[in-house]
Amino acid sequence: MKNTNGLLTVKNLVKHFDISGGLLDQLAIEKGHIVRKRTTVKALNTVSLSILPRENLGVVGESGCGKSTLARAILGLYPPNSGEIYYKDKRIDNLTAKEMLPYRKRMQMIFQDPYASLNPRMTVKKTLEEPAFFHNKSITAQDAEDKVAEVMQQVGVDPQWASRYPHEFSGGQRQRISIARALIVDPEFVVADEPVSALDVSIQAQILNLLMDAQEKRGLTYMLITHDLSVVEHVSTRVAVMYLGTICEMAPTKQLFESPRHPYTQALLTAIPKLSRKKTKHIKLKGEVPTPINLPSGCIFHGRCLYANKRCINEIPRLIRMDSGATVACHGVEEGRL
Amino acid sequence: MSHLLEVKDLEVKFALRFGDLTAIDGVSFTLDKRERLGIVGESGAGKSVTGFAIINLLSKPGYISAGKILFEGQELNQFSEEEIRKIRGNRISMIFQDPMMTLNPVLTISTQMVETVLAHHNMSKSDALDLALEKLKKVYIPSPEKRLDQYPHECSGGMRQRIVIAIALLTNPSLIIADEPSTALDVTIQAGIMDLLLELCETEDMGLILITHDLAVVSEVTEKIVVMYAGKIVEAGSTEAIIHDPKHPYTQGLIKALPGSLQPGSRLYQIPGMMPNLTSIPRGCAFHPRCTISDTICRKEAPPLISVSDHDRMVACHLVK
Repeated sequence: MKNTNGLLTVKNLVKHFDISGGLLDQLAIEKGHIVRKRTTVKALNTVSLSILPRENLGVVGESGCGKSTLARAILGLYPPNSGEIYYKDKRIDNLTAKEMLPYRKRMQMIFQDPYASLNPRMTVKKTLEEPAFFHNKSITAQDAEDKVAEVMQQVGVDPQWASRYPHEFSGGQRQRISIARALIVDPEFVVADEPVSALDVSIQAQILNLLMDAQEKRGLTYMLITHDLSVVEHVSTRVAVMYLGTICEMAPTKQLFESPRHPYTQALLTAIPKLSRKKTKHIKLKGEVPTPINLPSGCIFHGRCLYANKRCINEIPRLIRMDSGATVACHGVEEGRL
Repeated sequence: MSHLLEVKDLEVKFALRFGDLTAIDGVSFTLDKRERLGIVGESGAGKSVTGFAIINLLSKPGYISAGKILFEGQELNQFSEEEIRKIRGNRISMIFQDPMMTLNPVLTISTQMVETVLAHHNMSKSDALDLALEKLKKVYIPSPEKRLDQYPHECSGGMRQRIVIAIALLTNPSLIIADEPSTALDVTIQAGIMDLLLELCETEDMGLILITHDLAVVSEVTEKIVVMYAGKIVEAGSTEAIIHDPKHPYTQGLIKALPGSLQPGSRLYQIPGMMPNLTSIPRGCAFHPRCTISDTICRKEAPPLISVSDHDRMVACHLVK
């Protein structure tokens, strides 16, 4: 199938992590026999989505729902177990490292913790020059230097500070530098994994503005991963809600926040703290997120869902496109009882 | 009328090689019985240090250099370590951000809970265990009997924070100081923890000091708010008033910077610059280099915290009348 409109398309992506350890760790005794058991974390279970050019797709969900794994699998940092990833029309999940190289230049990532993602032994200049040289072997030292200064200017860090080390900067400035590192190779697609979660409110606003400006100026496409729904509401054009390695709802931002369909999305939205004296009624979910090692049968959300019935326990719901443009994976919504 | 807690002109300093660093500079507030107060500010504003100072948990080189802390009429800052131990963890309990750090990973939940009870009350071990069970039920831990024999790593983050709250409740404190209790947790879990704290304050007759950077969380839980900046209170008042009618430019900025209050996609309001380092707090009003309306007087004189308009409202800004 051709992917005509998506910049990036993911089809039935599955990523499982084997955490069973060495041979001795895997052995267990069962009914008098020694058996070998493998334990896998099912981080992504047939995830499909498509990101349109110049879109800002927000991916939200609680910790452990697989949002970061999805990002890393898309960028080729984790090889998927099965499924396909397309960049424009080209399948990229089965490429060799060398074939992948031009795509790495087009797809960049911004990480959560700017204290961990910058090499403490490299000056800002070195940090920024490295990708510039790596992806463009013919670039001259002078050009690289100009490029570094230009990008630093763009992200609001004084180019005079290029010879400083990361520890000399505050958290907000470090995050600016890691954004500069992503932008220096002129990417088309940027994955930002919790880019503002480690920052204070006033700094968070600066970084979000910077990301929005960069998108406007450079025509970037974003995949923004965050647990902060109010950030997504503000900057994303479309939102995908993940739960235990599957997408349960995907819709344009306004629509998702105004009329969430999936029971999980509804609960998630009422949990957002709002600036008001009026206490919003939180929808209380039963129990806790199950472990991704033993996934529940049927709809993975059925154990915590207020509306689950027999079908939900037995049958996995498919993502179904509604008339409104949203896609929802819920038997209840499909049957019209929710 | 006497308050549950009264902090008067609190000043905390850190003795360093090159001289004393003032972390808290003249902070005063009161808390009545069953009242819920939020202390809001960004990292480095001095919110946590204030919390630590109240229960005398400041670690060296920090010390209280001036001011008074009155709790139930007693002057806590005059207490010896021996005496404060009878208050701390007993009459005043504290809940910290990371429940994995506050629970001992090598002891079972029951051991940790019984230990807390026996440290403050003279009772048999089995009575203490019953009490632990009762408190675990109060924080809605499913199958609490089973949990008692488990280790912290067997519980999820939200569950651990509930256990920490249950431990805080063991001694029926009249004040709980919660320092970023939900920051490390997911929104759905956070909502549950906040609902729980709110409910407990009412049913258990407790006062609450909620220390957080998240104005939205504070606005849902507390009755009054203290906003701190660079070791000082810049604005204080009822939650309602502060959220809907912030007077200090910093508070206004904090509220405007929150995504969600504006049209989606529009530029967020950003407070220029960043919180000053304690070693280089600007002269005059500490906020003046970041303030959009600052004047010559702001650069010269530190504004006093004075009451404006309604009775409970205090603002430290030269330009707010």
